Amino acid sequence: MSTALNSERSAILKQNRASRSERLLRAVRTPGGAVFVLLTGLLATIIVLNPSFGEPGSFIRFVGRTAPIAIAAIGQYFVIVAGEFDLSMGSVVTMQVIVAGNLIRQDDSKVIPVLVLMLVLGAFIGLVNGLITTLLKVPSFIVTLGMMLALLGLVLYWTGGAAQGNPADSFRQIGRGGIQDVPVLDIIPYPVIILTAAAVAGFVLMRRPYGRMLIAVGDNPSAAALAGSRVWWVRTRAFMMSSLSATVAGILLVGYAGVHPSVGRGYEFTAITAVVLGGVVLGGGRGWVLSAAAGAFALESLFTLLNFMGLQATWRDTVQGAIIIIAVAAASRSWQRKRKGASSAAHDEQHQMAAAPTPAEGTEQGGRV
Amino acid sequence: MRNNSVRAIALAAALPLVALTGCTTEPSVTQTTGTGTGSAAASSPASKDWFDQSLYDTQNQQRSATFEGNPEQPYLQYIAGPMRDTSKFKAPGAHKVCFANASISNPWRQTGWITMNQQLKALQGTGVISEMETRDAKDNDNTQIADIDYFIAEGKCDAFVISPNSTAALTQAVERACETGKPVVVFDRGVETDCATTFIHPIGGFAWGIDTATFLSERLQSGDKVVALRILPGVDVLEHRWAAAKKIFEEKGIQAKDYFTGADPTKIKNIISDELATGDVKGVWMDAGDGAVAALEAFEDAGKKLPVMTGEDEMSFLTKWKQTGIDAMAPVYSNFQWRTPLLALEKVFKGEPIPAEWVLPQKPILKDELDQWLQRNQGMPSGHYAKFGGEDLAGYPEVWQKRQIP
Repeated sequence: MSTALNSERSAILKQNRASRSERLLRAVRTPGGAVFVLLTGLLATIIVLNPSFGEPGSFIRFVGRTAPIAIAAIGQYFVIVAGEFDLSMGSVVTMQVIVAGNLIRQDDSKVIPVLVLMLVLGAFIGLVNGLITTLLKVPSFIVTLGMMLALLGLVLYWTGGAAQGNPADSFRQIGRGGIQDVPVLDIIPYPVIILTAAAVAGFVLMRRPYGRMLIAVGDNPSAAALAGSRVWWVRTRAFMMSSLSATVAGILLVGYAGVHPSVGRGYEFTAITAVVLGGVVLGGGRGWVLSAAAGAFALESLFTLLNFMGLQATWRDTVQGAIIIIAVAAASRSWQRKRKGASSAAHDEQHQMAAAPTPAEGTEQGGRV
Repeated sequence: MRNNSVRAIALAAALPLVALTGCTTEPSVTQTTGTGTGSAAASSPASKDWFDQSLYDTQNQQRSATFEGNPEQPYLQYIAGPMRDTSKFKAPGAHKVCFANASISNPWRQTGWITMNQQLKALQGTGVISEMETRDAKDNDNTQIADIDYFIAEGKCDAFVISPNSTAALTQAVERACETGKPVVVFDRGVETDCATTFIHPIGGFAWGIDTATFLSERLQSGDKVVALRILPGVDVLEHRWAAAKKIFEEKGIQAKDYFTGADPTKIKNIISDELATGDVKGVWMDAGDGAVAALEAFEDAGKKLPVMTGEDEMSFLTKWKQTGIDAMAPVYSNFQWRTPLLALEKVFKGEPIPAEWVLPQKPILKDELDQWLQRNQGMPSGHYAKFGGEDLAGYPEVWQKRQIP
């Protein structure tokens, strides 16, 4: 890039005036962009191994089944970019699945009230997580770990650890059904529509003042507080969005898979891995929301690829783990280099502050520039 | 530019790993159909260790054995063999029983636990048992060892009932219980000692594997693909089922590909979807019925022909079997065995001899019996097991229908 340039200001100018293709190329070189390359590579490998996967009908189904984890990753992104963790996500999914199974049963008239109840419950859990973390100053790692255990215990107490049966089919349609008889695609699963809505909402939100604030809080909470933002409320809302996204994932999973106490197990770690794979920095302040969703797709593609390769059941997890570590290591290495200022001067936000007092166009989306 | 090269190197480092795994596994996938040995992904070395030829042969014979006792009361039937003299335990009056339970964390154990409690009430009514103190180990070996030692230290137990969490770990604790001189009844999973007064169990995992794999291989051709959905590795009861099935699939040239699912329906559905995308799946084999419905739904959602399938006698599977009309069978790991320990203690306190190893019947449900078993269990919830064997107990059927876990 522009290491030869001597003036910081001209570096920014050059970057901002770059052509569309150059900017795209630059975006792909960030960890948040590289995940899209990784995803494309994985999908291409799958299609080479098994061409029928690339047919529109089966591909859209793949997108549909990945929707719950992608939505969970989007929710986890808000918390991580604000510098916190949400480990209670998996338990929230499990709890909501059990709530749906036990309260709706086969009664169609209960679908709407229970749906509302689940969303309220989700928001409430996020509120509790957020308030304890921000007002009582307990590290979110501990708060949400405690919440995870508390909710798991509640589920165990309620069910004895086994499923009670699936809820009414009308409720399950949300996660299992779709718009039928669509040309080319054959079916557009409802989860795909819900995921699209969530992704668009996340994208827009991160471009609005709240999104900027969230990244500022994650990058440097003291500075954000001095600048007048209510850090506790910004973060608490991030926790609420995380729990709500887990709730939505739970609703989709009840439809897709059915009620079982094992649904949602390990979801928090899959979501965190997806977010990190998407180039979002643990500790906050850097990363793009759609890269987190792409991270979820990359993970799911990896699992599918391993299925297609016919890997032995006994050491499948080991291979998964190794690949994830390598991918994340590759991503974090390039962030570290940037932080040290080894590359382009225009990437260094401190210089931007000094050089351009008014926010310059093209420097948006936090560290994604 | 330098950060690019770092990433490129790291990703390049990942590629051989992917390529390597592809190379090491794929030849074994393609090779299977011809030779009929060394099946697909199924060649996990662990299951070789679990295979025990003599146990396989014994259970294979026991599948067609005649059982002593009244077939109307299968929970009291047994295969003739060495009997244990219990005259030294003979004592009048009501006795306190202490039950160290592994867990009630799956629908099979829950159903059994409900039945056991109704049996307990019956025996309390006849004045055989005064009370049963139960400690639930929540699937944890250490907890269960502590539970048994607690019972021993408390010293108020007139008899022990133990459903071990795992075989090797619990052996010494069971031996300590035996040393108290009180009757000890072990049931479901075994331990590596025969100090117990009796060990109650259905025929076993190998019989399950033989029944199911024979059923599938009779209906499928050599080279057809079967997906084997397994709950988790390392539990003897489950590993024996797979060890026997795997041997038969290999002999018949069936391509069986096994997966661990943790009974998670999401995983099951993803696995089946992926397998359907790579080619036809003709059969589904399960080491337990939990999640069978999700497996069938994956076929429905993909619009594929439903497979030949073996599940379990769980109501969710039986109902789905009836609805879809698939070619299936339901192997049974007799749930009524949860009644037997308390009934065995009744005999012990009377001083009647009981079998040293009490092998209960284990008869699968075949197509011609499906309607009958659905009829008998009408109104039961989806996690209920058809062969729960508690129809003659008080509280039938409401207690099982409401599935109130004591």
